[in-house]
Amino acid sequence: MLRLSCHQTQQGYVSYLTPLGTALLGLAILTLLFTSSCKRESKVDIATREKILLLGNGGEPKALDPHIVSAVGDSNILRATFEGLVAYDPASDMLHEPGVAERWEPNHDFSEWTFYLRNNARWSNGDPVTAHDFVYAYHRILHPEMAAPYASMLYFLKNGSPFNRGELKDFSQVGVKALDDHTLVCTLESPTPFFPDIVKHTTWLPVHQPTIEAFGSMTDAFTDWQKPGNHVSNGAFQLTDWRINAYVKVRRNPHYWDAENVKPNGINFYPIDNTFTEEKAFRNGLLHYTYVIPSNLIPRYEAKEDPNLRSETYAGSYFYRCNVLEAPTDNPDFRRALAYAINQEAIVKYVTMGGQQPAYGFTPPSEAGYDPPRIIKFDPDKARSFLRKAGYESGADVPEFSIILNTNDAHKSIAVAIQDMWKKTLGIEKVKIQNQEWKVFQQTVLDKNFNVARAGWIGDFVDPTTFLGMWKTGDSNNNTGWSNPDYDRLLEESSFSSDTAERYRLLGEAEAILLHELPVLPIYWYTRVYLIHPDVKNWKPLLLDNHPYKHIDLVRDKEALIGKEAP
Amino acid sequence: METLRFVLSRFGQSLFALLCIVTITFFLARIAPGGPFLDEKAVPAHLLEKMNTKYGFDEPLIVQYGLYLGNLIQGDLGPSFGNKGFSVNEIIAQGLPVSFMLGFFGLGIALIIGVPIGVFAAARRNTAIDYVLMTVAMIGICLPTFVIAPLLGEWFAIELGWFDVALWENSSAWFLGALTLGLYYSAYIARLTRGSMLDVLSQDYIRTARSKGVSPFKVLFKHAFRGGITPVVAYLGPALAGLLGGSFVVETVFGLPGLGQHFIKAATNRDYWLINGTVTVFAVLILVMNFLVDVIQAWLDPRTKSLG
Amino acid sequence: MTSIAPRHQQEIEKGSSLGRDAWFRLRKNHLAMVSLCFFVLIVLICFLLPLLPGIPNPNITHPELQSLPAFSAATSLSGDEVYYLLGSDHLGRDLFARILYGGRISLAVGFIATAVSLTIGLCYGAVSGFIGGRLDSIMMRIVDILYALPFMIIVIILTTYITAFEDVRVIKYLNELFGNTLWLLFVCIGAVEWLTMARIVRGQVISLKNQEFVEAARSLGLSNARIIFRHLIPNTIGPVIIYTTLTVPAVMRLEAILSFLGLGVQPPDASWGSLIKEGADRMASDPGLLVYPAIVFGLTLFSLNFLGDGLRDALDPKSSKD
Repeated sequence: MLRLSCHQTQQGYVSYLTPLGTALLGLAILTLLFTSSCKRESKVDIATREKILLLGNGGEPKALDPHIVSAVGDSNILRATFEGLVAYDPASDMLHEPGVAERWEPNHDFSEWTFYLRNNARWSNGDPVTAHDFVYAYHRILHPEMAAPYASMLYFLKNGSPFNRGELKDFSQVGVKALDDHTLVCTLESPTPFFPDIVKHTTWLPVHQPTIEAFGSMTDAFTDWQKPGNHVSNGAFQLTDWRINAYVKVRRNPHYWDAENVKPNGINFYPIDNTFTEEKAFRNGLLHYTYVIPSNLIPRYEAKEDPNLRSETYAGSYFYRCNVLEAPTDNPDFRRALAYAINQEAIVKYVTMGGQQPAYGFTPPSEAGYDPPRIIKFDPDKARSFLRKAGYESGADVPEFSIILNTNDAHKSIAVAIQDMWKKTLGIEKVKIQNQEWKVFQQTVLDKNFNVARAGWIGDFVDPTTFLGMWKTGDSNNNTGWSNPDYDRLLEESSFSSDTAERYRLLGEAEAILLHELPVLPIYWYTRVYLIHPDVKNWKPLLLDNHPYKHIDLVRDKEALIGKEAP
Repeated sequence: METLRFVLSRFGQSLFALLCIVTITFFLARIAPGGPFLDEKAVPAHLLEKMNTKYGFDEPLIVQYGLYLGNLIQGDLGPSFGNKGFSVNEIIAQGLPVSFMLGFFGLGIALIIGVPIGVFAAARRNTAIDYVLMTVAMIGICLPTFVIAPLLGEWFAIELGWFDVALWENSSAWFLGALTLGLYYSAYIARLTRGSMLDVLSQDYIRTARSKGVSPFKVLFKHAFRGGITPVVAYLGPALAGLLGGSFVVETVFGLPGLGQHFIKAATNRDYWLINGTVTVFAVLILVMNFLVDVIQAWLDPRTKSLG
Repeated sequence: MTSIAPRHQQEIEKGSSLGRDAWFRLRKNHLAMVSLCFFVLIVLICFLLPLLPGIPNPNITHPELQSLPAFSAATSLSGDEVYYLLGSDHLGRDLFARILYGGRISLAVGFIATAVSLTIGLCYGAVSGFIGGRLDSIMMRIVDILYALPFMIIVIILTTYITAFEDVRVIKYLNELFGNTLWLLFVCIGAVEWLTMARIVRGQVISLKNQEFVEAARSLGLSNARIIFRHLIPNTIGPVIIYTTLTVPAVMRLEAILSFLGLGVQPPDASWGSLIKEGADRMASDPGLLVYPAIVFGLTLFSLNFLGDGLRDALDPKSSKD
């Protein structure tokens, strides 16, 4: 024990600490053992009981304003707090539910849609939601001074594009009108049969004009309106807390028109960007759902046949963007050499290990029946011949360039593997890998400050144009500097055709051009691999992974197997 | 009176030091070339307007500095470019409690574990116990925090269930964070304590006390401790500096929203308002700690007052 | 081996005999000697072993052969026979080779950064201590202030500075010399570590400057600079050596933290710090990736610290070695 002197005992002196110390120590140990052996209610159990969903949500949101965000995590929060004309169906991406609009109807050629809004839709402060709110929102996101990164989603509206570019100054010429408080008419650039799918998207959400203008002008971004206490939204939940790097909390919106059918009482979104921490948090009973799972753990979970692991097809493409305005990536043959030197099968089999599919083209496969060319396959000889065509005798002659990525272990592993593939197949020695924080990275890409940048694009709706539209000249999501008039023309033509087969043919031709010019290097098509707690009910696999949280129920699952049973 | 003069002079020196630190980081951060936030595209137009008037973006650097100091005294630390829409004040208000807990509990743990071990090892010098303890301490110093942190997480949180492994608020993960930080510093403090206690124990006055028959317990704690603890007290300032500056590892592993993470992200993003803000806050904490340390040292050893 | 005092300091009789005494004391300290030998061994292995033909390239990936345990032989998809002495990492790279090459970088950081901090600290502390008075107070206050600055911020800002000035000729030359921008990491770390060194040197100089030999030198008409550099500094060798051996591990630890942040070595290169970071992430699925580099890193730091302890005991007669 804590005797300080053992050679003084002849004086009969014993440290006072000994009996007291032992007693305290013993008590402490007993308490800890006792509390750990009791089956304490874990955080996740308490949350289930209180019907609060605990969700891992990737990175810290850039904003909670529908007109500023473009990332998936941010849109999740907005989907919980706002509701558009049309809402997501919990079981299928191809179906829709009435949102603010009770019903809608197209005209004879799908170039004009009329939405009939319900009378009882309310903002979280009690104000009624009217068609004018939607007009205001579209005005705001298309306004050139807003500089909304995702404004191009609204180019479906007639004159949306010229207005956004500043060529047209009068918004009343843009194809959206509120006939009265509850009727909204959208006039489109071209016939769009799937328009109801489009308006589900985050960019088409309404915003509350008085709130926004209380904190600045219509086009002021990042004002205080988006903070808890000021934030007014019209969805199933409202924003109650936002602590940077910690959580975003939303709770039941009592004014929501369908409030009695909203299952959860609230959602806590946790922006955990360290994927290993997230996985540990799940195992420790702190989360219902993880945003991702580290790839090295996937084989172990699969070997154990862990019921909490889900692996689902996800409409997304993982690729590298090439800046076609900067050497050496300005040379199309060089880009082809790079593309054909990537062994995509090796990457999905050994690096990502999540059941992803190698991307032989750009648009991922889907049920829609679109059948594009699938031609980018690993071919070292082809790659080498393209390198020679590009004018490089050997890879050692290639000047130095960098792969830019956002700080993330998975992206780094893929980049290192590809860096080595380029070395092995093409002999390119001078490739650097540079990582940046997510927010900075997004800006770097927007500023075209890169040669090669990692990219991931998730479909916004179920149609190939969500993957092909971004490569049009000057599209705000292009960011490569690539411009091809034939490509633009084909896309334009396809938008005027109402025959699906014809459309798909034209789109396929366009994609062939994309895959020939290769401003992008396709790598794989996503799967969503994540962990989800058995208490979470009604969480169905969705291609676009846009779950309407109001339908997600939390019911205590007695068979729950969480915790120390870690692989 | 002497005490008062001492305290005032120390206080004055601390303020001066704070001014220097704020100035150095101000110029250092702004002179650093490039930075994504100088680009006007990145700063929303209306914010740019406001900032030009308030912070003088297009003014010469000296003027900006003056404006910055003026705002600083009024408690306005500026906007954050990395976290648009949030001011540095808001970010620090959110992150400071977390860092505070980590820093002070970490320091507390370091002292509670380190000092007794050091004293004990010194009392048991050159025995097996001494070697074992010092070796354990050495291991503590040689293993990086980002190794110990996940290990502690696995054992104490997941295996034993005593704590939560991550997240803040309604979570006990912060304790594991403080523990991780505290362990490294406790190892260092243990060695430091042992060394200085040994120095003190070899002094004449200790021998006198022993020969007078004072009990070893009293010798250790009443006579030797006061002198032996001096270097440890002096180390508290740098230790706190290290804890605060190094907490980001622990914050990342345990998902704690402290200032450490903001600090590092701000530095890499060149979000210089946030850099200045966090450095100022850290500096204030550290200078306060140094000030307290000086006062305690003066009390422990009155001779230092005259050296001030 | 460590040289305790330069030979030419004959006129200062304390110098050489202190050195020899110290060396004998050190020899008797078994732990310190073992540490010294171990450290020298590690340095030799990391720098020399990769020159031998049998060691694989640490950056070649075989993703299909990932996470193999130690002592595994395997065949890659392209038909190469590979043997993993300590196993393979998550991309199929040889861990043993990565530890060797990583060691080169970590140790180089340790040495060079320490050398930088040594140089700055020695000069600064010696001048401050020797001149004394007002200048000394000011210089030491500066040190105190810099102590309060979190070093991470300075390192990061310095690193971003230098990457921005990439086109300056001197920097370009250094980049060529070292193959990449790693050298500036050394400089940055060194530039923040000099503070303790300065304090120690100053303390030593202050206690030395009133000694007779300095008076003698002064009466001989030697300039201040000469006194500082040829007489005082060499006599501070004792504590300086001790703190050097203790600074190297501190620097290596710093480098590990920078690697954790992604600011140290860039992929595909590795340092012990980055290897440990990758290993810590994969601890649950592949403990070897953490254990082997951590052991090597830990033992190296261990040995340096024990060596430093031993030197301190050997060189400082007052210290507790009854």
